[in-house]
Amino acid sequence: MPTVKVPPVLRQHTDGATEVSVSGSKVGEVLQALVDRHPATREQLFSEDGELNRFVNVYLNDEDVRVLGGLDTAVGDSDTVMILPAMAGG
Amino acid sequence: MATENSGVVAVEEVTPTEAFGELQSPDVALIDTREPYEYAEVRIEGSKLIPPAMVADEISKAVPDKSTRIILQCRSGARSATAAEQLMRLGYVDVASMAGGILEWEAAGLPTASDANLTPEQRDRYSRHTLLPEVGVDGQVKLLEAKVLLLGAGGLGAPTALYLAAAGIGKIGIVDDDVVDASNLQRQVIHKLSTVGTPKSSSAREAIENLNPDVEVVEYNFRLDSSNILDVIRDYDIIVDGADNFPTRYLLNDASVRLQKPVVSASILSFDGQISTFMPYEGPCYRCLYPTPPPPELAPSCSENGVLGVMAGMMGLMQANEVLKLVLGIGEPLIGRLLLYEALGTRFTELKVRRDPECPICGPNAPEVPESEMGQFPDYEAFCGGHVGS
Repeated sequence: MPTVKVPPVLRQHTDGATEVSVSGSKVGEVLQALVDRHPATREQLFSEDGELNRFVNVYLNDEDVRVLGGLDTAVGDSDTVMILPAMAGG
Repeated sequence: MATENSGVVAVEEVTPTEAFGELQSPDVALIDTREPYEYAEVRIEGSKLIPPAMVADEISKAVPDKSTRIILQCRSGARSATAAEQLMRLGYVDVASMAGGILEWEAAGLPTASDANLTPEQRDRYSRHTLLPEVGVDGQVKLLEAKVLLLGAGGLGAPTALYLAAAGIGKIGIVDDDVVDASNLQRQVIHKLSTVGTPKSSSAREAIENLNPDVEVVEYNFRLDSSNILDVIRDYDIIVDGADNFPTRYLLNDASVRLQKPVVSASILSFDGQISTFMPYEGPCYRCLYPTPPPPELAPSCSENGVLGVMAGMMGLMQANEVLKLVLGIGEPLIGRLLLYEALGTRFTELKVRRDPECPICGPNAPEVPESEMGQFPDYEAFCGGHVGS
């Protein structure tokens, strides 16, 4: 199963988990599976119309899914889907 | 002239004064048999450098005619005597070693050349830099001539400023409108108990001036906004973003792209850090990576969530490392790469960052802004507030 890496700001909604293994063959399915398991992550990730929020960066391994196929990008079992937060701390 | 006696090669020696006299003739070759860093520091004008290990290989290129008069010289005369023996075995017939080397030459008051304007104190202070072939005296001079602006003298800016000052960055600007608080001292190592309550910019200046008098410090004890940012960053070669809020980060991005200034950007929270280098039009900009700032509930600050002081220090030093590479023109800067550091797992992850063809600031279709509107930026305060580097 693909692994989702959860950023610090979302861990309060994943019971503190830093990584979650969920099923799914596309990026969108993987993120939906994360939301199904941890519903509080939904409004952080998706807008009301189901699109990925503009301020959320999602990487498949080391590549931004925006330059791949977005939420339709195919995901393999050994892949890592990373939710990347912008941080401003200095 | 050299003579041979029972297989022992006797090397002719000349004094520096004699060598100086001989060198008035263009027919005499002067070979410096020291290492490149020594040669860069001080040398005799017109000498040719051939390090000891390369004498046998390179002499035929430097001096093809084996009957040419050759004077060899090193630091004190030992390496040049050895090299003279080598040349004689190779068939060079008119070879001498300069006794006492360049030390005696200098002691005799004879003229030297240097490709550096380093003072004796600077040669000593920066010797561990100049020993590195990738830096050398030339590189150290570049550092001494570099102008770097730090946004924030906080968790990131404090260690960055200390190490850039130690490295001999010639001019360091510090933008921070905050004052030192006792809770800063857990990570902001440039400040100290005695400067609590004083402006961070002056506290940092005091520490830098105590560390390295070569560094000129310029304080900007105010908040950057669209009306002043262009004037502040214009004079600098590189900007280091250690700001603690999104409005300043987007403002800096837009202004730095406009003036084509590279930005070494890092951010920290809890146990995690991110760093990248934004080189306008060569690589992506901050907006290519993060088109939109997150809402405040997804953008907690260090004062709300806490931050591991050591992790802040590590990220700040990685920024300093990027700055040195950019100034020296060596290595591979983090252009188009975002490096993530997780302190708890001690894991680094590198992600690709691409230029966004739709980027409103650096994209090919970014709107033209007339000269009269330079410096006008949207109202970033709408995102969320915060102080630079607090």
